[in-house]
Amino acid sequence: MVDNTPTLWYEFKKGLWQDIPPFRLVLGTCPTLAVTNSVINGVAMGLATLFVLICSNLIVSAIRKYVASQVRIALYVVIIALFVTLADMFLAAMFPPISKALGPYVPLIVVNCILLGRAEGFAQKNPVMPSLMDALGIGIGFTLSLAVMGGIREMLGFGSFVNFKLLGEWFEPWIVMILPAGAFLVFGGLVALVNYISHRKTAAGTNP
Amino acid sequence: MNSFAKMFLNLTVVGVVSGVILAGAFHVFDPLIQINKEKELKESIFVVLPEAKDYKVLEKTVGKEKLTVYEGIDASGQPVGIAFKADGGGFQGNIGVMVGLNLDYLKLKGIKILDQVETPGLGNRISEPAFEDQFKNIEITPKVEYIKNRKPEKPNQIQAITGATISSNAVVTNINNAVARVLKTFPKDEMIKMGEQAKPASAESKEHQK
Repeated sequence: MVDNTPTLWYEFKKGLWQDIPPFRLVLGTCPTLAVTNSVINGVAMGLATLFVLICSNLIVSAIRKYVASQVRIALYVVIIALFVTLADMFLAAMFPPISKALGPYVPLIVVNCILLGRAEGFAQKNPVMPSLMDALGIGIGFTLSLAVMGGIREMLGFGSFVNFKLLGEWFEPWIVMILPAGAFLVFGGLVALVNYISHRKTAAGTNP
Repeated sequence: MNSFAKMFLNLTVVGVVSGVILAGAFHVFDPLIQINKEKELKESIFVVLPEAKDYKVLEKTVGKEKLTVYEGIDASGQPVGIAFKADGGGFQGNIGVMVGLNLDYLKLKGIKILDQVETPGLGNRISEPAFEDQFKNIEITPKVEYIKNRKPEKPNQIQAITGATISSNAVVTNINNAVARVLKTFPKDEMIKMGEQAKPASAESKEHQK
């Protein structure tokens, strides 16, 4: 007997490559472009999003049988905003330095369409466990994407990596890389790269 | 249950539950947040006046506005400079800056950005030491200025952050406005007199505890 339901491992794994949010789903591009001019900024945004994504996916999945479909989006937005505000207040009260460093990133999560996308596209149709794995996979995939974007931009724009001077004095930083234009350049390049690799993979798969 | 009742019930339940949770969380966290802010404000006095070991709170009411400045004093009680908070609009919201002013009213001793909600990665770099440290020993006459993409040439200039001229400008404007206000409200000799009468903050807080 063949079990057709996807495994929990699959739900987790798909967020890391097949459905990696900014490059394959092209979701959450706004924070991807805005906050990735250094590795630390990117990772901080990614982790904060991961937390909210887990909470909102869990709740949305748990209440999915009681939701009137006409008002579901409004409900999801309220739920997401609730967790974002909680996270923001918690950080400001308990970890002021981290809250200071994250600054406006935390409130920005509300407008991250990954959250609504996963609630609408996954959690409302699936039980709690797969929804949790989906949130973990997508959240970690998002964090990694931002870290890679941040790494490239920080390296070219500041000549450093995680604030550690990597390139010597001879290196003239490309200021454009830390400006919005640089975000688009790197983002476009990475989307192209990810697509190229997966096309090759598919081609290799069909013609062994 | 018809769909209208269900919609109504859904929205009400989620709205009320979220509201209650947030109100509860606010009740728990807000005092802590205020304490953190207070602490940060006080710590920033010692950042912008590095020689200070203690400070005195000087207040004066002009019209409706109450102006507070902090006079930093060293271990022997001698004034070393004054600090005050400068608030004003930035690119997206309020920018609060703690400003340290030399006693001669000619140069800044340092600044520290307290509150800001500028664009991540661009405007929010005003709170990085690289930007803040530029204000050390900057002359305030005729006023602080910024220039773009070049090293400052005059003693009253700082270099704006690339890609964040509006935020840099806002900080400079805030500082200029606050300095002008303080200079007008607290003339030098009056400041010294007020400072002599006031008690250090550490002594006052001890009295509160008694």
